Amino acid sequence: MTPTPSGGPEPVLTVDGLTVSFRSRYGSVQAVDGISYELAPGEVLAVVGESGCGKSVTSMAVLGLLPPTAHTTGSIRFADGRGGTRELLGADERTLGSVRGKEIAMIFQEPMTSLNPVLTVGRQIAEVLRRHQGLNRAQARARAVELLGLVGIPAPDRRVDEYPHQLSGGMRQRVMIAIAVACDPRVLIADEPTTALDVTVQAGILDVLRNLREQLGTAIVLITHDLGVVADIADRVLVMYAGRAVEQGTVQEVFAEPRHPYTRGLLDAVLRPGTRPEGGRLREIPGVVPRLTDSPDVCTFAPRCDRADERCTALRPALDTAAHAAACWHPLAGAAAPAPSEATR
Amino acid sequence: MTVTAAPEAPPVLEIADLTRHYPHAQGTVRAADGVSLTVRRGEVLGLVGESGSGKSTVGRCAVRLDTPTSGTVRINGTDITRLSARRLRPLRKDFHLVFQDPSSSLDPRMTVGDLIAEPLRLHRLAAGAELDARVSRLLQQVGLRLDFADRRPHELSGGQRQRVSIARALSVDPDLLIADEPTSALDVSVQAAVLNLLADLQRDRGFGCLFITHDLAAVEFLANRIAVMYLGQIVELADTADLFADPRHPYTQALLSAAPLPDPAAQRGRERIVLSGDLPSPAAPPPGCRFNTRCPVAVDRCRTEVPPLRTLPGTTRQVSCHLAADS
Repeated sequence: MTPTPSGGPEPVLTVDGLTVSFRSRYGSVQAVDGISYELAPGEVLAVVGESGCGKSVTSMAVLGLLPPTAHTTGSIRFADGRGGTRELLGADERTLGSVRGKEIAMIFQEPMTSLNPVLTVGRQIAEVLRRHQGLNRAQARARAVELLGLVGIPAPDRRVDEYPHQLSGGMRQRVMIAIAVACDPRVLIADEPTTALDVTVQAGILDVLRNLREQLGTAIVLITHDLGVVADIADRVLVMYAGRAVEQGTVQEVFAEPRHPYTRGLLDAVLRPGTRPEGGRLREIPGVVPRLTDSPDVCTFAPRCDRADERCTALRPALDTAAHAAACWHPLAGAAAPAPSEATR
Repeated sequence: MTVTAAPEAPPVLEIADLTRHYPHAQGTVRAADGVSLTVRRGEVLGLVGESGSGKSTVGRCAVRLDTPTSGTVRINGTDITRLSARRLRPLRKDFHLVFQDPSSSLDPRMTVGDLIAEPLRLHRLAAGAELDARVSRLLQQVGLRLDFADRRPHELSGGQRQRVSIARALSVDPDLLIADEPTSALDVSVQAAVLNLLADLQRDRGFGCLFITHDLAAVEFLANRIAVMYLGQIVELADTADLFADPRHPYTQALLSAAPLPDPAAQRGRERIVLSGDLPSPAAPPPGCRFNTRCPVAVDRCRTEVPPLRTLPGTTRQVSCHLAADS
């Protein structure tokens, strides 16, 4: 099941039937259950879902950063654009080391915990350049200043000698992005990159990501729970629920005509600034996300779904083959979108 | 919720000219600097700001988790600013706080039933069968099954834990609820449920509520009036509908325009005000208007002269900007 329309350029990243389970003292947990996607060069794919849906674990698998307790199956292929394709799942440290940080880079939610507090930001950017690109000290420093400028840090020649604690949260996240794109990666994985930031700062970070895609052609996997961020920047959307892909399509399709009842529920529950919900109440999704210990042959959303019947609790729905795909026995067909939120300003 | 709070309803919380300064190596941090606001019975006042704006400091001073440097806090007319812990204790049943992270504010060793009963016990409001009955009723009101009484916090989801915090806060039937980012740590679908619950409880019980958040959409849903804070001061205060329809302070305008809309067409088509620079240090706020360093429309006057928070003629809106027109 590769639901992306083929015929376009060769995908830079192909995840195929990925499963990840963890064994713990309390039994096994099925964190990712058959995720597939293709990421085209220069594309922004948003992976959306609530906490515990497996969206972060999926990306950790791409980077080979899962703990040893993880058991994986499936395939993750990276195409370097020069004709070579490498299998990343189960690859040795040497292969991963040649890809991670260089061809596929990552930024995390909390920049303060990923930056080294005792090194200047210039040193931390230069470290990557000297390791992966063999630049000397002076070259690396010059390039670090250039990169800080690229991510919109004012006075980069001065900031390059500052320490993380001297920078604001938004500036630190820009430094993280500068480190991530230092080697001109083909893929950037951004895990909740703006969640810890204020909205006025968030807007700036999203602009930086947009610029990277436009200027460097970086493909971006954006992991987020924030549908506003998705609407702002994503080309395509993958909606995850309890470790499974439940819907995939272009951002316009998924927001205007969601096919899976879970996606519909999320869009109904989200607050829309400048619009009052109908009847003064927000729509809720009843129940809670299940914790799966195995991969049951049912629709795992059925207990919370008002369209569910016997079929949903007896058979697992596969992601269908439509370009705008859904994994549902009773998908919504062009359901009327809610009153479009007015841009009130 | 647009429950019209009668303007003549008695105030449950009155904060007057509150300042809270912290000594710091680089000078004094002015976390709150001359904040005045009133929450009336039956009203939700939203206190909105970004990190470092001082909104949580105001909340903590309002319930005396922190003592203001100057200014006064009155609850139901009683000045609690300098009351001793002993004199304050009996008054504590009148106001309660709900925090952002319920997993760190609920004692992990207590059962849900004990957590909800604790305030009732401490204030000697109920005992024995009466106490059990009230705990059951509270569980029901916040949408938890009765068997949850025997569980401990770690057995609950984040949303369920926040429901326990709310039940605990409301157990003593306070006149004032202070909610500091109560839904920020929750997922979208759970957040909707908790906001609905707060709206329902507030309507049914009629307590006053100071709702502190950075989330504009959440505050729009719940609050009757909104105060916007920037760098320790209120820059605009208005009825919710008025503030969203026609923000007057350039900071409010920027804040509203930065919140992304969950609608690709609308979000990509809109004009955005992008603020330059960072929040200045609250230890060294800029002279003149504190927003002048990031304001897209600042003029010379803004850099030297402090704009007072003034009420616009013929309205209830307050705004502190030299450039905001009167009408």
